[in-house]
Amino acid sequence: MFDTLSERLNTALEGVRGSGTLTEEQVKKVTREIRLALLEADVNYGVVKEFVGRVRERATGAEVSKALSPGQQVVKIVHEELANLMGGSAHKLSYASRPPTVVMLAGLNGHGKTTAAGKLALFVRKQGKNPFLVACDTYRPAAVDQLKQIGRELGVPVYDEGTEAPPEEIAERGVKAARDGGYDFVIVDTAGRQVVDTEMMEELKRVRKACRPHSVLLVLDVVTGQTAVEVAQAFQEYADFDGMILTKLDGDARGGAALSVVSVTGRPVRFASEGEKMGEFDYFYPDRMAGRILGMGDVLTLIEKAEAQMDRREAEAQSKKLMAGKLTFEDFLQQMQMIKKMGPLSGILGMLPGIGQQLKDVQIDDRMLNRVEAMITSMTPQERRNPKLLQNPSRVRRIARGSGTSPQDVQRLVRQFNEMQKMMRQMGKGGGMPRIPKMPFGMR
Amino acid sequence: MGRSWRNFFRRGKEEEAQPPVATEEREAPAAGPEEEPSGGWFGRLRQGLRRSRESVVGQLNAAVAEFRDADDEEFWERVEEILIASDVGVPTTAKLVQQLEQEALERNITGAGELRRLLIEHAARMLEGPVEIDLSHRPTVILMVGVNGTGKTTTIGKLARHLPARKVMFAAGDTFRAAAIEQLQKWGERVGAPVIARERGADAAAVAHDAVEAAKREGVDVLIVDTAGRLHTKINLMAELEKVRRVIGRQLPGAPHEVLLTVDATTGQNGLRQAKMFKDVAGVTGVVLTKLDGTAKGGIALAIADEVGLPIKLVSVGEGVEDLHPFDARQFAEALFGEL
Ligand SMILES: Nc1nc2c(ncn2[C@@H]2O[C@H](COP(=O)(O)OP(=O)(O)OP(=O)(O)O)[C@@H](O)[C@H]2O)c(=O)[nH]1
Ligand SMILES: Nc1nc2c(ncn2[C@@H]2O[C@H](COP(=O)(O)OP(=O)(O)OP(=O)(O)O)[C@@H](O)[C@H]2O)c(=O)[nH]1
Ligand SMILES: [Mg+2]
Ligand SMILES: [Mg+2]
Repeated sequence: MFDTLSERLNTALEGVRGSGTLTEEQVKKVTREIRLALLEADVNYGVVKEFVGRVRERATGAEVSKALSPGQQVVKIVHEELANLMGGSAHKLSYASRPPTVVMLAGLNGHGKTTAAGKLALFVRKQGKNPFLVACDTYRPAAVDQLKQIGRELGVPVYDEGTEAPPEEIAERGVKAARDGGYDFVIVDTAGRQVVDTEMMEELKRVRKACRPHSVLLVLDVVTGQTAVEVAQAFQEYADFDGMILTKLDGDARGGAALSVVSVTGRPVRFASEGEKMGEFDYFYPDRMAGRILGMGDVLTLIEKAEAQMDRREAEAQSKKLMAGKLTFEDFLQQMQMIKKMGPLSGILGMLPGIGQQLKDVQIDDRMLNRVEAMITSMTPQERRNPKLLQNPSRVRRIARGSGTSPQDVQRLVRQFNEMQKMMRQMGKGGGMPRIPKMPFGMR
Repeated sequence: MGRSWRNFFRRGKEEEAQPPVATEEREAPAAGPEEEPSGGWFGRLRQGLRRSRESVVGQLNAAVAEFRDADDEEFWERVEEILIASDVGVPTTAKLVQQLEQEALERNITGAGELRRLLIEHAARMLEGPVEIDLSHRPTVILMVGVNGTGKTTTIGKLARHLPARKVMFAAGDTFRAAAIEQLQKWGERVGAPVIARERGADAAAVAHDAVEAAKREGVDVLIVDTAGRLHTKINLMAELEKVRRVIGRQLPGAPHEVLLTVDATTGQNGLRQAKMFKDVAGVTGVVLTKLDGTAKGGIALAIADEVGLPIKLVSVGEGVEDLHPFDARQFAEALFGEL
């Protein structure tokens, strides 16, 4: 889990310290590691080659800054290149000047088109649109039922003609029905297909022609491997998609396929689907993806922010302690104060690898920080260093009084702090990502 | 040469060979090696592979043709690249290449053809495992698990057609996804299997419970339990799966007798994590590799067999009933690297 690229690079660059420039030999070692990391993340090997070439150019002779380790320095270059490639900011949806806006979804079997159709409908409705769904999958058993059930739950009308008519005709009549009914946003769901099936790909072309979409979105499962390139190229040829919906981002796939597709088609990812529930859908933020592919959350952004606040040695010492589960309330306080300087807490935690997802449902209130801070500052130095002392009820009562909280609040803080310690120890041992217990700041 | 369905199922001693489940649609040929249409599933698989893989095969061809001697660094690097491009993954690729390299050196192999055979042999050995499905219990319970959209429900429908059993029953254990129950029911109609279901949103374990009871009561030979797709990272959903398994076992000691994990051949390295987690939580006994009719090479199967130690039992090369086939390690390896 914590075998991150940055650690691996540090190992590769052992001996290089402080300022100076990376030698050719070092760059060679480094590019090897980067290549492996990207391949492990399922970036297409052709794309990797090209990409690594660019990084090699930039890394050769790059200045190693004082604040970062040489490994981190290279990671920073890699990250920047990745983020550039993925595109800087979210690619929002544009609406047709003369409604309805028609969006067609296409993709491989089971990648999440029908689910995404419902999600997109809900998404645009929240933006004030009046959505309408068209069921063009006449192949998969109960595909029409599936879309109809989704539509019923959302209260969005679904146009269908069962499974007999040709999909292109259904598409055409469906769009017309939407226009006649005064709907301004039409989503056309199509059957899943494999790109070697030319008949099915030709059909997709016909559906596209019949419904004249303003936007065609390729729906791609984030677990997709090396074949993403061939798949995207074929869908580009037959359906000329202009963007992607990346699905199942709630899992732990690194998602190199996104990079592969963007890099060979030049089409951005527009939406992120992160769950089976209809609300779990949003614009896609490319900068977050770069860190995910590197297997390190947005650690880099974190590094950058921390750089400004704290010197590197201290940061390293702290993160070692954290992983060893030896954090004290003193360290905790110090980190909290640093974090407060860095910005909203939920943002920071979201950057940590693996944690972002799990914290999705946890509401973190920055005001809570102040209460936690008050409790910790009411502890004696001994108590801060040795949380075991806090088993004692009279100490707990004193801290509660001192911080204007209740003894239950203090006990909860201590309990959750201990849980966090345990979890961090587990993570440090590389036991993977256990379930995140409630963080100390998550208290009501 | 295709592995036949006939040898695929292990049955109780007292049982006679029985006709496949009765259905209205009879267009699918009765299974058996001699009866496979020419080319058969393997031909179809290879066709798919060929169409999309020309570039890869071409490269491997070129690599083999260029092969001079076993120290040829560049050659090995290219073989590596080809394996990676098939989603075999870095660790398994490294292992395979190392084995090959060593053997090539030891046996002083310099011929391209010989090296190709060696490559196939090593890959096949990695993939070999117990493929049969045990149907000796009555009822035999098969539990189908996997991440979302990988082909569980479709595989259930297809498998039923090939079972040498008189009475097959389905359990609609996906009570979550829209129209999941209806989808399984359509398959049930198609292959003539009754479906035990509750309403959407019901407890999946309760459905499994009902189904095992019904299967026992009605003298069903094989019960196949569908489950909702779930990502292996969702702790609560994995716990639910564990519960389904437990409930089945309580109703019928020793069941489920097979737990099949569907893995989409399109899947990259995440397939390994899927296999590990589902094996741990659900006691997976074998893998069904689906969607091999696409452009994906399905190399992740190699990594799963090697690193997780799960046998691949079935492959699926399309959405129809006739597109499910018993896995044959050698054929798969040949389809990956053959025709060099
Ligand atoms: N965890 C998770 N599951 C998802 C997501 N999107 C879709 N799914 C699930 O993936 C499975 C397949 O989704 P569908 O919407 O039916 O996929 P499809 O592309 O329409 O499938 P076909 O029409 O058969 O090609 C279902 O179980 C969905 O609930 C997601 O973002 N996260
Ligand atoms: N081309 C192709 N499509 C397949 C194959 N197996 C399944 N599918 C298709 O993949 C899609 C998903 O299949 P399902 O059987 O619904 O998958 P599932 O695992 O039950 O999905 P959830 O229950 O939503 O998790 C459907 O469109 C199937 O027709 C295959 O071998 N080849
Ligand atoms: Mg669909
Ligand atoms: Mg299903």
